[in-house]
Amino acid sequence: MKRLCIHYPVLAAAVLVVLLHLVLAATDKTFYMTQITMSAYYALVVIGLCLLMGYAGQISLGHAGFFAIGGYTVAVLTTYNLSPYRESTWLGSLRSLGLIVQWQDLYGQEVLSLSPWVAFVAALLLTALIAVAIGLPVIRLKGHYLAMATLGFGLIIYRIVLGAKLFGQADGISNLPAFHLVGGLQVNGRAPFRVQNYYLAWAAVLAAMVLSLNLIHSRVGRALRSIHQSEEAAHSLGIDTYRYKLATFVLSAVLAAVGGALLTHYNGSIGPSEVTVMKSVRYVAIVAVGGMANLWGAMVMGVLLNFLSLRGVFGSFDDAVFGAILIGVMLFAPQGLLRVPRLRGILFVGRASSLAFQRVVRGCTTYVRRSHG
Amino acid sequence: MNFALFVQYALSGITVGSVYAIVAIGFNIIYCTTGIINFAQGEFLIVGAMTAISLAQVVPLPVAILGAVLITTAFGALIELVFIRQVHNASVLRLIIITIGLSILIREAMLHVWDEQVRSLPYFTGTAVSTVTILGAHISPQVLWVLGVSAVIVTALTLFFRYTTVGRAMRACADDRMAARLCGVNDRWMVTLSFMLSAGIGALAGCVVSPITQTQYDMGAPLAIKGFTVAILGGLGNSMAAVAAGLFLGLLEAFVVSVLPASYKEVVAIVVLLLILVFRPTGLFARRETSALRTA
Repeated sequence: MKRLCIHYPVLAAAVLVVLLHLVLAATDKTFYMTQITMSAYYALVVIGLCLLMGYAGQISLGHAGFFAIGGYTVAVLTTYNLSPYRESTWLGSLRSLGLIVQWQDLYGQEVLSLSPWVAFVAALLLTALIAVAIGLPVIRLKGHYLAMATLGFGLIIYRIVLGAKLFGQADGISNLPAFHLVGGLQVNGRAPFRVQNYYLAWAAVLAAMVLSLNLIHSRVGRALRSIHQSEEAAHSLGIDTYRYKLATFVLSAVLAAVGGALLTHYNGSIGPSEVTVMKSVRYVAIVAVGGMANLWGAMVMGVLLNFLSLRGVFGSFDDAVFGAILIGVMLFAPQGLLRVPRLRGILFVGRASSLAFQRVVRGCTTYVRRSHG
Repeated sequence: MNFALFVQYALSGITVGSVYAIVAIGFNIIYCTTGIINFAQGEFLIVGAMTAISLAQVVPLPVAILGAVLITTAFGALIELVFIRQVHNASVLRLIIITIGLSILIREAMLHVWDEQVRSLPYFTGTAVSTVTILGAHISPQVLWVLGVSAVIVTALTLFFRYTTVGRAMRACADDRMAARLCGVNDRWMVTLSFMLSAGIGALAGCVVSPITQTQYDMGAPLAIKGFTVAILGGLGNSMAAVAAGLFLGLLEAFVVSVLPASYKEVVAIVVLLLILVFRPTGLFARRETSALRTA
């Protein structure tokens, strides 16, 4: 029964998504759906980061980098024109396997490129690979060392994107083909597909929520929270803290890449502005304002704040707003704006009071009881 | 590469490196007294330089620079009093996030005050085209200013921490805050003072280097990354080692430009940062006691 309980809010959210559609349709504001769709894809990054920061207690200031790896990989693979190799046998065999799609670019030229499905899978695999490679050494670090290392990773990706011809340098990559899923469904930013994509994006977000909720309510999730509360205590109970932290890091990177890949198809383009440090900081700010260890808070804030930002509500104060949010939340409401009773933010780790000690003991006993009983 | 070219690269590396060293020392001063990495450190340089540029339009250059340093010092104090002091029992992570937020806010405020135009202070002596010839290399006299001022800053700080009562009190706080407090040191004001010192030397460095590198509102963050790399390279809290590490990174960057495209210059420092974090987070010149800080 417990399992069902955690999923009720997902159903409620699905109903709200439909209601929102009806309200927008009734008030003739369906054009908002475009930005809501984009915000939903950004929310995927935030959900992943929330798992890492809120539950495993590890900061990442480089998540825009993973978003970009996802986005740029699909952008490069689906726009790279294979027509010159038309006659070669390998292309022929790929074609017969259905891995190649044929379409026309803006100038009516025939383009042969890898199928978005292939690109999508490749993007996720590549991201996972890079996340493991980066995570293996970096996730051992703590506090500001981890913060700086992940920040450094993000900056390297930014520089590579800005410097390499393959990634279009400052222009980025544009004119991506639509991502045909099954049936008539496709990730496509053009107006006729607006409603369809609104639901596709929300389906992706809610699927990520179900996955994340299952995870944090499982044995793994309890292990993560015990790591968060006291790594030493968790370690002494036989939890492989390093492996759990690394796995969460990779999972959250892959979620960011999913967001990046889908949003890039939706927008039809990606540019270096997606990879800036400010973007990474923005994701951290959203997780913080959502309440750190609060998936729903992160998801709601992820959609809401990105939507407001995309609508241009903050004007030229866009970055300043997120800076102010960071400071304001950390100063006045370290538990986030959407308070939930059993909330345990990473912010309290430093408070090595007897309270924390009690929590550790309680957390560990719960963990032992649940996993053995 | 002939000898003159070698000297040319070396001098430009030393110049940039000495600025990195000053930023790293700024990090160290605050880190020692509070355990915080102040992500807004780079912004102090830009605030200082921008203020000096604005002041220089109404008063003579030396007065403008002095005024900018004083204003930035006061600004550092303000930041500590308004933000850092208000957080009680905060975890290190919470303070880090606050300083990240601060760096963004300061940067955006500068964008609205000074717009995104690239500005610079006039050359202290001579003009943009005047050169001094050293060992066959031609350099701007401003380079000598940068080196001279950096040397003065490092020497003055060393003397301050070693021989003055206040400096010793700050070191005591860094060593053991509770013990220092028991000896009658007002540790809270020492924290404020560390922010003031950091901001002040940052502003001075920002002014001296402005004619060469020019100044734009968003140049603080990259400087902060380089400064942090240098601070880690030397070992957090170890200011003399920071000078050596700063020069090392500056030279490395200068010579890398002769091999790699210039757009990848930034990557060098970050790769060094990642390598040092992974293999030797206590720094190249680590002593035993600093290694305990790794888990802080």
